[in-house]
Amino acid sequence: SKYACVFDKSAFNFSHQQRLFRTSAVSRGQIVQFKLSDIGEGITEVTVKEWYIKEGDSVSQFDSICEVQSDKASVTITSRYDGIIRKLHYNLDEIAYVGKPLVDIEIDASKGVAPEEDVVETPAMSHEEHTHQEIKGHKTLATPAVRRLAMENNIKLSEVIGTGKDNRILKEDILNFLAKQTGAILPPSPKAEIIAPLSKSETVPTAPKDKARKIPIPVSRPIVFSGKDKTEPITGFHKAMVKTMSAALKIPHFGYCDEIDLTHLVQLREELKPLAQSRGIKLSFMPFFIKAASLGLLQYPILNASLDESCQNVTYKASHNIGVAMDTEQGLIVPNVKNVQVSSIFEIASELNRLQALGSAGQLGTNDLTGGTFTLSNIGTIGGTYAKAVILPPEVAIGALGKIQVLPRFNGKGEVFKAQIMNVSWSADHRIIDGATMARFSNLWKSYLENPASMLLDLK
Amino acid sequence: MVLQSSFKSCLPLSCLLRTPRAGFGGTASGGLIIQSLSNDVYQNLAVEDWIHDHMNLENRQVLFLWRNSPAVVIGRHQNPWQECNLQLMRQKNIKLARRRSGGGTVYHDLGNINLTFFTTRKKYERMENLKLVVKALKALRPQLNIHVTDRYDILLDGQYKISGTAAKLGRTTAYHHCTLLCNANKFVLSSVLKSPYKGLKSNATPSVRASVKNLFEEDPSLTCEMLLDAIAEEYATQHRIDHPITLINPTDETVLPGINDKSKELQTWEWVYGKTPKFSVSTCFNMIYKDSVLDVKVDMDIKHGRIEACDIDLPQQWLPPALCSELVKSLTGSKFCPYETTALSSTLLRTCPQDYELHSKWNLLCENMTMLM
Repeated sequence: SKYACVFDKSAFNFSHQQRLFRTSAVSRGQIVQFKLSDIGEGITEVTVKEWYIKEGDSVSQFDSICEVQSDKASVTITSRYDGIIRKLHYNLDEIAYVGKPLVDIEIDASKGVAPEEDVVETPAMSHEEHTHQEIKGHKTLATPAVRRLAMENNIKLSEVIGTGKDNRILKEDILNFLAKQTGAILPPSPKAEIIAPLSKSETVPTAPKDKARKIPIPVSRPIVFSGKDKTEPITGFHKAMVKTMSAALKIPHFGYCDEIDLTHLVQLREELKPLAQSRGIKLSFMPFFIKAASLGLLQYPILNASLDESCQNVTYKASHNIGVAMDTEQGLIVPNVKNVQVSSIFEIASELNRLQALGSAGQLGTNDLTGGTFTLSNIGTIGGTYAKAVILPPEVAIGALGKIQVLPRFNGKGEVFKAQIMNVSWSADHRIIDGATMARFSNLWKSYLENPASMLLDLK
Repeated sequence: MVLQSSFKSCLPLSCLLRTPRAGFGGTASGGLIIQSLSNDVYQNLAVEDWIHDHMNLENRQVLFLWRNSPAVVIGRHQNPWQECNLQLMRQKNIKLARRRSGGGTVYHDLGNINLTFFTTRKKYERMENLKLVVKALKALRPQLNIHVTDRYDILLDGQYKISGTAAKLGRTTAYHHCTLLCNANKFVLSSVLKSPYKGLKSNATPSVRASVKNLFEEDPSLTCEMLLDAIAEEYATQHRIDHPITLINPTDETVLPGINDKSKELQTWEWVYGKTPKFSVSTCFNMIYKDSVLDVKVDMDIKHGRIEACDIDLPQQWLPPALCSELVKSLTGSKFCPYETTALSSTLLRTCPQDYELHSKWNLLCENMTMLM
């Protein structure tokens, strides 16, 4: 074999599944000074621009160690060894010298030192099926140690799924593969079987461990899961949302839900869609929902109000700035359409198009994101029927719209017909809104949508 | 051997690339010239990454030809706030990309061609590549007065830069890429590559500004196509290539498995902005509110593109101190990004006292803060 690595076979005894294979304990390994190799073009010094590892990290051969820069060239320095980083010889932005130590790596004592010359990834090997280098034009990444393990166990690297960085095949992946091949559990070691019969022929009370050894119950196969919990701080916009939602919690919410028959509205929208398209605007259902809400707010202005901090005064807002909840890259953002009370449905649709384009690019401005007085959340575009929306302070009400479903309903004549049904779930601030007000507003909103022609009578 | 430069392979790529031997291209050795069908800077940079990571260049050398729609490309270790006018770019919809090679900032548009020379690490040789380019250009237009400097620039008439260079070296492979100005928009170029930033302190690689000129200005009969063909022909001659240029679609997963993930990564905020080396901002600005002018002093430390520390010095009591510290607390840890700041400041307003004047002041301050980003 080309490789000088030495392997301790006992490390691969399968009855000891839990043993760690990295240099986590036991003997102190040998510290090797990994020198900065030749960059080419006669370059003798470079600037260290980024460290990918820190002292104490374990690295595998071919892992990236740092990025250095020299005269417009950015160079990725990769590790030659498996081991633990013990010392970084340079800080960021310091000059590093070719041929001088870059990092100190502690190599696992049982492994020995990898050969000095660069291990080429495509060696001419006789055991070609075990070192299958190219899969559809890819190089299979695996250290020589892993390749040897695969070869010793007659495993084709192409059949193993790599879970390491860049889909690299790790030792754990080979072991997993083997575990799957050999069955649910691995048989107990021969030693155990010899001991068991002795315990039968006695008067000595059987120790619990003997009982356990007698019964190899097939349990679920040992899962070697190497995932780790990940903790991140909550920052920026999310931090602000935490504050908003905590404040919202102080509002006593009550809910009111209903079912709306949108059969007529669906038809109307189909008729109007091409006309809106010819004017360059995409027409969804939202402009109708928003306009109908504004008409309702004209009759029940308390729903478009705001309660002050001390709960002493209610401010009735003159403008209907209706917020539309949007799911963007940043999270749940609520821009609002200003002055719906004096806008036509087409104008509302046009504004929505503009806000949606900005929202999906994550580029909404302050003016669009502030000043809302009432909110609608069309969660139905994703799914769901009923929901319990949280009021966005300083507003006092919010409506969540479920998805439109085709359902059987009875008409006036007692006949079953196909209806387009959507559910709405309102939440309101019970300190100033009572159930009756919410119900009446909802009924009015519902009547406008179920019979869109009636909106014409009240449009301003 | 003369390459039929007028004939480019437009065959379905499968017949050129699906050969019994693993790997990309019709032959496993010799030279290969590929040209991108896309003008998307991220997709094209992803192709470079793909070739660098996946192709076996032991016996192969590759030339990659590409052009991009308007974009500013900064080097691996640069600071975009320092290098270009981000606000102007946002207005004009000019993309920002960070490449993996070193070097300075360049402006790309369809009047600029990009050339990438892929070799093994051992055969990395920038001067040779640039000499090839000069040879090709001189063969096309013998009267051109062009030469390569020791900084790997190509100068026209001894003073105007027409090409800049950068390189990336990995464990086994390397690439050297360079630009070539044929007919780029010099007006946009100079306005976007000028940063209005004052008070920025950083160890990021600074760009070295140079006067540029288009080859088109020297000879109006030149087009990008002609330059690409001339260079490809010279490369083909030097590498004894007899097959035509391979056109590739940088979104085709069957030819370039995993390419779309690479393009996506290049577009993430974490890569484009988050890879900026640590820097600090120390600046002041004036705000006009009603009839008074206010001086505001801002100090910020930014690491990984996020605000690590922030201090805003406002005239006393202009804003309630509790609110001011709320803003500072929220900005800490947040992305140094105008949209993120707008989203968080608008959201914070919900839990502030509902006072019109207070809200106007807050919005004014936050808008000025976002202008710094």
